[in-house]
Amino acid sequence: MAFLAWLECRGVDGVGGRLARLTQATGRRLVAGVPVLWLLLLFLIPFIIVFRISFSEVRLAIPPYTPLISWRHGAPSLELYGSAYSFLFTDPLYISSYLYSLKVAAVSTLCCLCIGYPMAYAIARSGAASRPVLLMLVVLPFWTSFLLRVYAWIGLLKNNGVINNALMYLGVIHHPVALLQTDFAVYIGIVYSYLPFMILPLYANLEKHDMALLEAAADLGARPLRAFLRITLPQSFAGILAGSLLVFIPAVGEYIIPTLLGRTDQLMIGRVLSDEFFENRDWPVASAVAILILLLLVMPIMLFQRLERRQLEAVK
Amino acid sequence: MKSRGLFARLALVLGLVFLYVPILSIMVFSFNNSRLVTVWDEAHSPTLKWYAALLSNGQILGAAWLSIRIALISASGAVVLGTLAGMALARFGAFRGRLLLAGMTAAPIVMPEVITGLSLLLLFVATEQLIGWPKGVGAVTITLAHITFCMAYVTVVVQSRLAGFDESLEEAAMDLGARPLQVFLRITLPLILPAIGSGWLLAFTLSWDDLVITQFVAGPGSSTLPMVIFSKVRFGVTPDVNALATIMVLIVATGIAIATVWMRYQQRRRERDLQLAAAANLSEPLQS
Repeated sequence: MAFLAWLECRGVDGVGGRLARLTQATGRRLVAGVPVLWLLLLFLIPFIIVFRISFSEVRLAIPPYTPLISWRHGAPSLELYGSAYSFLFTDPLYISSYLYSLKVAAVSTLCCLCIGYPMAYAIARSGAASRPVLLMLVVLPFWTSFLLRVYAWIGLLKNNGVINNALMYLGVIHHPVALLQTDFAVYIGIVYSYLPFMILPLYANLEKHDMALLEAAADLGARPLRAFLRITLPQSFAGILAGSLLVFIPAVGEYIIPTLLGRTDQLMIGRVLSDEFFENRDWPVASAVAILILLLLVMPIMLFQRLERRQLEAVK
Repeated sequence: MKSRGLFARLALVLGLVFLYVPILSIMVFSFNNSRLVTVWDEAHSPTLKWYAALLSNGQILGAAWLSIRIALISASGAVVLGTLAGMALARFGAFRGRLLLAGMTAAPIVMPEVITGLSLLLLFVATEQLIGWPKGVGAVTITLAHITFCMAYVTVVVQSRLAGFDESLEEAAMDLGARPLQVFLRITLPLILPAIGSGWLLAFTLSWDDLVITQFVAGPGSSTLPMVIFSKVRFGVTPDVNALATIMVLIVATGIAIATVWMRYQQRRRERDLQLAAAANLSEPLQS
């Protein structure tokens, strides 16, 4: 073996070199092949199954949907139904849930950006010693349970909760204000839970900015606000986009936050999917809802992947 | 310049208050005697009675134990698969299936959880029909689902760590005749070990915390801790969940504190090594 290695490092393309390259190629195929296979089986194929079930009809059986191929008069026939989709487009409940989810996700993303940008900016411009501490303070809540952090807001927002009690004590209000089960509560919940996802990409971007540009602008007489709008803001566009996508995409399908904090008369689409599946046991409609969420999100998801790739290549 | 710096700093302070007040409020009210939770019972508080109630609650303890076991296995599986995927993406250049792998590891991170959960359950139902496995859903299917979505995060962490240092060290080892496996074990693995460690912790936390995907692929008798908590808090605040949350926050805080101190120590040691190496380099030309 040592001889083969010696041959190899001499650059002799003998048996050893070929053997080594052969084992290396097999090794590489194994290293890449195992995760590819896993994800094909447990990520891609499941989506194909969802797609296929969205074109079947409910029936009282196990599993509760019609098979793809049925035997009629001794011949196989393909059974595809569009009834799940036509149902989605005729019942206004689904359309309004979609639009409502998009609205909630958009408003929350905007709020996240307005709160997260100054925070990321302040961290990026603070001293080198305090930066890791501040970053850790931002990320720390992320390590504690998502569910419990959302739950904490019930105690703050409910009618005899902390906020109402404090406002009544101060005499600002005399009757409790309904805060829980409102749009406002959902916005707060999403902003609170996803804020680190907005701050981190923004910080990574803002930290790399060349301060000399701002100094040059100041030397040339630009006021701070103008320098910010013309130099810092355009340069941080990639960070804004990455942070916004990281908040917007999961927020559209959010389930826990609207269920615990949100309205009961207007559901978000993630809850509708779950209810169709668990309460109504209508697998085809639940699958069709999933496919339509994906269609809505396919553009933002691909945009996010392109950003991610470019960022990784930039690190290189 | 000054005024804007002030505005951003004020926003940072307020933002941090916003992030921590809800957690602190849970912790404070976990010592409240009143069942009303947010109405402070001055006469009988603080009390530890909700902590005592928690310790005798078999349902919560059992669910916590199940969650820990699932998270341990899921995190370990996710680390193996995620490291392989991260290696392939960062080091193999353009290979067949690279785009597929890149897409499939990035997508679960942003995919709404209801969709991932639904699709995994439908997969398990379909395979049970086709090959008779798995026999119903439960801890096994939960673990498989958790490995799948956790490995995406590990991949990102490992891949960006690998992208952060160049290949010259690995190439040097190759040139010196090391086999690929040797290069991986002696050069690459030690370099990416911190990333693997934080990837494991991240995967453990995500698995421990997941509710939505788990709800789809869990069966009767396999309720994880988040599922038990969710069914309790769905209709309002309950005092023993406050106590549970306090314990969990304290565990995480202690863990993070230990990790920070350890990393500081490692970094200081590395800096000292570098200084020693630099000093040795300086003295070398004098000797020769």
